[in-house]
Amino acid sequence: MSQSYDRGLIEDFGRWREFSAGMWAWIFHKFTGWVLIGYLFTHVAVLSTALTSASADPATVAANQDLYTQTIQALESLLIVRILEVGLLAVAVFHILNGTRLLLVDLGLGLGSQDRSFYASLILTGAIVVASVPTFLAGVSL
Amino acid sequence: MSTQRQNPETETDNAEAEADTETETERNEVARRRAEQRERERVKENERATADAERYHLKVFRYDPEVEGKQEPRFDDFHVPYEQGMTVLDALIYARDEFDVSLTFRHSCRQAICGSDALFVNGRQRLGCQTQLSDLDQPVRIEPLPHQEVVKDLVVDMEHFYDQMESVEPYFQTTDRPEGELEEQRQSRENREQIKTSTRCIWCGACMSSCNVAAGDNEYLGPAAINKAYRFAMDEREGEEVKQRRLEIIEQEHGVWRCQTQFSCTEVCPKDIPLTEHIQELKREAVKSNLKFW
Repeated sequence: MSQSYDRGLIEDFGRWREFSAGMWAWIFHKFTGWVLIGYLFTHVAVLSTALTSASADPATVAANQDLYTQTIQALESLLIVRILEVGLLAVAVFHILNGTRLLLVDLGLGLGSQDRSFYASLILTGAIVVASVPTFLAGVSL
Repeated sequence: MSTQRQNPETETDNAEAEADTETETERNEVARRRAEQRERERVKENERATADAERYHLKVFRYDPEVEGKQEPRFDDFHVPYEQGMTVLDALIYARDEFDVSLTFRHSCRQAICGSDALFVNGRQRLGCQTQLSDLDQPVRIEPLPHQEVVKDLVVDMEHFYDQMESVEPYFQTTDRPEGELEEQRQSRENREQIKTSTRCIWCGACMSSCNVAAGDNEYLGPAAINKAYRFAMDEREGEEVKQRRLEIIEQEHGVWRCQTQFSCTEVCPKDIPLTEHIQELKREAVKSNLKFW
């Protein structure tokens, strides 16, 4: 055994077609977790910069002319932002549902049906997201 | 086309026409023979096709650092004649005996007990002797176990796996003596039921190979070793003192807490051991032994 062949990591990523339910659940959970962290920081950055430079004059605020209101209104009038909000909801809902599933797995409950609970959380996420579309896309034009 | 000319063009050059007819017959004879030849070839091809249909197409991973032509890993094709009930291991044995004696793989008992022939077949860790060819799509891709170094062809280096297994002290230990007149350590039926599935491990390494946490963390004990630890930690005959020591081993940094419940190991285990369940149970045991509310 003078030498051996190390096949490395590259080929593993090519095996996504062979993943099973538990593996997909893990990958989606990681992905949605990172998206939520990314959103959190963007959210804090946007709101805090809008707040600090907002006008403190009550009259300006009442007339919706302060920077904070203008920033939010400008963002909400963009279709892409509305679509991203739908995506954010999808990511958050999946993370919550799969997190509940993982909680049950950690408690040792229903380990035999872990794949079905993953599919259930996917379907539920889809249903909630579809139902939310009219609300999120209301009153926005291209 | 008939062999006779339908209507000779002229009556005048009869002789010429006759000669023509003669060459025509000859030509037709050649054509007929060619047609027969084609027919024979077609039949032969059909036969070959039916024979091929009864053959299973294997694509087998080949690599040997000591042979010049095999240093670059490649896949070899084998067409193995199918028999009812043929397993992947049977096909490999046929390919080795009939086509290429240098084809290397581990096997021993052929009945899913020795744990030598865990292979990566069509993208999944399976035992060669337990997998029916008829359950697989063709071509059947046979590779050595992923995340282990390949020594030659389908043979991987199992040393690391065995080290992890040994590190959990996979043998019965106790400080308690049997009660009264008894010579042997007796186990209650309930306790036996609890550890039953965990005793079925055959050390094939399929779970360790399927676990991508183990792939990224070389120090992780891995599903098989943790299952072994479960088998003894949950065995009531060992007593509290030994159980505490076992829990100390499994709750280390690279012990049970590395498991991220992907269920890959449970999915591939050829003996259907609920590995993830056992790991989760040990996590709870570890928490219980450390939590103090006063």
